[in-house]
Amino acid sequence: MKSLSEIETTAKRASRAAGYSWGIAEEVGKSIRLSELFGFPAIKHLNQYYQNKKKENFEEIKLINKINKSGGSSFCPIILGINFIDQVKNIETLKKCLVENLAYPLLILPFLSRASEIIGKKLLLSFDNCKFLLNFNVSISSNILDKEMSILSKKVEISFLENEDNFSDQDWENLYKLAEDTFVEETDSLKKGAAGAGLTDND
Amino acid sequence: MNIKLRDPNIIMKLSRLGSFHQSRLSFLRSFLSEFKDWKYNRDLFDLDQEGYGTAVYSFKKKDRVYSLICYANKINDDERSDRVIATKWDAAFTLHDGVPLKEDIDRLRNEVPKQEVGRLSYKELTLSRANKSVRVFDHVVKSLSDGNQPDLELLEKVGYLYRTTAVYGSGKFGLADRFRIKNREEINGPFRLEMMLVYLVRQFTFDQVNHVAKNKNPNSAVKLDPKICRNLGIGNSTGLGMAPFIVNHPTLLNNWILSREIALKKIRETKIVKIQDRDLFKDCVKSSLKNITSWNTKSEYQLKKIKLLLRDIKKFISFLENEFDFQKDYPFNEIYLWLEKETCEECIEYVVSIMMEPFSDIVQPLVGQMSSEEEKYFNIPTERNVRDLKKILENKYSDILKINFNIEENNQNFWFISKNKEEPRLANRFEENGADLEQPLAIARDIKKLYERLLSLKDNFKINQFLIDNSDLRHVVRRAFIIEKFPYSEIQDNTIGEKLVPIDMLRLKLSFFGALKFDPKSDKWLRICMFQGAPLPNELKDYDEQWVYKTNT
Repeated sequence: MKSLSEIETTAKRASRAAGYSWGIAEEVGKSIRLSELFGFPAIKHLNQYYQNKKKENFEEIKLINKINKSGGSSFCPIILGINFIDQVKNIETLKKCLVENLAYPLLILPFLSRASEIIGKKLLLSFDNCKFLLNFNVSISSNILDKEMSILSKKVEISFLENEDNFSDQDWENLYKLAEDTFVEETDSLKKGAAGAGLTDND
Repeated sequence: MNIKLRDPNIIMKLSRLGSFHQSRLSFLRSFLSEFKDWKYNRDLFDLDQEGYGTAVYSFKKKDRVYSLICYANKINDDERSDRVIATKWDAAFTLHDGVPLKEDIDRLRNEVPKQEVGRLSYKELTLSRANKSVRVFDHVVKSLSDGNQPDLELLEKVGYLYRTTAVYGSGKFGLADRFRIKNREEINGPFRLEMMLVYLVRQFTFDQVNHVAKNKNPNSAVKLDPKICRNLGIGNSTGLGMAPFIVNHPTLLNNWILSREIALKKIRETKIVKIQDRDLFKDCVKSSLKNITSWNTKSEYQLKKIKLLLRDIKKFISFLENEFDFQKDYPFNEIYLWLEKETCEECIEYVVSIMMEPFSDIVQPLVGQMSSEEEKYFNIPTERNVRDLKKILENKYSDILKINFNIEENNQNFWFISKNKEEPRLANRFEENGADLEQPLAIARDIKKLYERLLSLKDNFKINQFLIDNSDLRHVVRRAFIIEKFPYSEIQDNTIGEKLVPIDMLRLKLSFFGALKFDPKSDKWLRICMFQGAPLPNELKDYDEQWVYKTNT
């Protein structure tokens, strides 16, 4: 088994060899390491993308807008991912953004995961029939275990989720009630000796 | 009294970093301190008459066990090379996490001797290999088998029986990634498991030499005197592989240097120094003279440094004995100021290291702060603007911004990774091919380029906008925001200039390892000795913490 350190170093060097700057290559190395740590086939997709990149031209999204349409060729997932991290505080105000024609969409996953941590909000990535919930760069939930990922997605949607509970008020109340069973009813004499007891609030 | 931390613009110059010496903060000393109450054992020693075979050594505490597995192999003299490009070694080692099963030992027997082309697993933590100093090893075997102890003069000249040529860790060649073990209390310090490997290898070399001598002449052979063992360390040949590490790990570098600087600051701020602390300091300075006079090298560069160091240390001892009054308030501040005025860089840093000896209470808490969670500082704060970035560059890289990189001599070299061994190398860009594959280690040049590009932009221009069209400088934008928080994270010098002495970069790192007797073999590689004078494993329970200054006594 390859160590994550080997994965990071090799992904970084390969990215530089594929024509990216060292600064971008460093970002790719970290992100591919993260994606593999979370269990996604990032090395496989990066390798395929770099093989294709030799033959095909990919478009670069510079400034990310609400809707991002390519001029003909598909978008580069690396540049999209890096600009997403760099611009995430601006993009957040859009609540949602759409990318049409994105190559190797799985490759933007770790960048979005890191972006989720930067802004402190969960992100939802959807393309084709795949969904990924990015949880503050701590975990990624998905419905794609064992599925083959597409190498080109016509429509990719990224949504910023508001910080809301993942459960109903009723769920919480029920659980809280159960937790209260660990409390002990205080007698009057104990109340009299507790901190602050016996003083007026105006002393 | 409030003493300021020393200026990074002085301390982070290569000539100063290349003058650093081991100290109480050094990793091999903090390793010994951490593992002194662990149970040491030799679990397996299965060598043939000539000393070839397998051995296992371990440190154990409660449920945690670290085991060094040694494979000693026969190689021909013409196959023995200290170059990193070698493919065979006298012995190969791995530190295994836990007690190795027979299957582990068999599996690793096929992999460990192959080193870089072998595959390790997450159960292995570090990997290394070493070659005999044949001259010394054969002499010791002969002497012991004849019933005599070896010639101390020869041993003193070399200082070890074996020298390692690389020690790998942190995920290399399939080894365990650091994240798997980083929360273990006992390894809360950089390179601790690498230090353990080297320390246990040292013991293996003594056991092996005794074993071979005994088998050669079972009736009259004697064992190597433990006192002689103690004065032998493990040699190491170190090349450029180490240099990029300190550039590639800026927050870690900061934490090493910052710990040293905080220790010095606190020592200088100590108003009254106890008599026993004063005496310990003086004693270490005087005892350390032997380390200087027994420092063997043929390198003119190093000989010159040793000569100056010896001259200045003698001058300092005379000052301490004849002029200095330790009863004064803040005596170490006075001493430091005197050193700055009267002695060379090598001497200043030498004495700074010794100043830490009496102050375990100051130094010990700093040992735990020398690691770094590097990932935390990786993201660039892209909402900041050009004004912020320019200000950082002007404040933190002021000398670097003065360098003219249009002059050939300031832009002479480039760092690259060699194809045949995947190791860093340095070459003249005007004479060699490959500059287009330059590694991102020309930080000074790229920082200057960044500054010049920022000058034409409006101050309120955001960094995320700047990066869209300037991705070639992204790596230095990241570094600039790191140095804002970590003042000692950057070498304040030109790492590609004609005047670069790469071994200064190696010495910096090796001093933090705790190496002694730097012996440059060129400006690009050197030999060192580790653990010379250190207690043996069976002496760890109660050892003299100042052993470094008592070698050869």
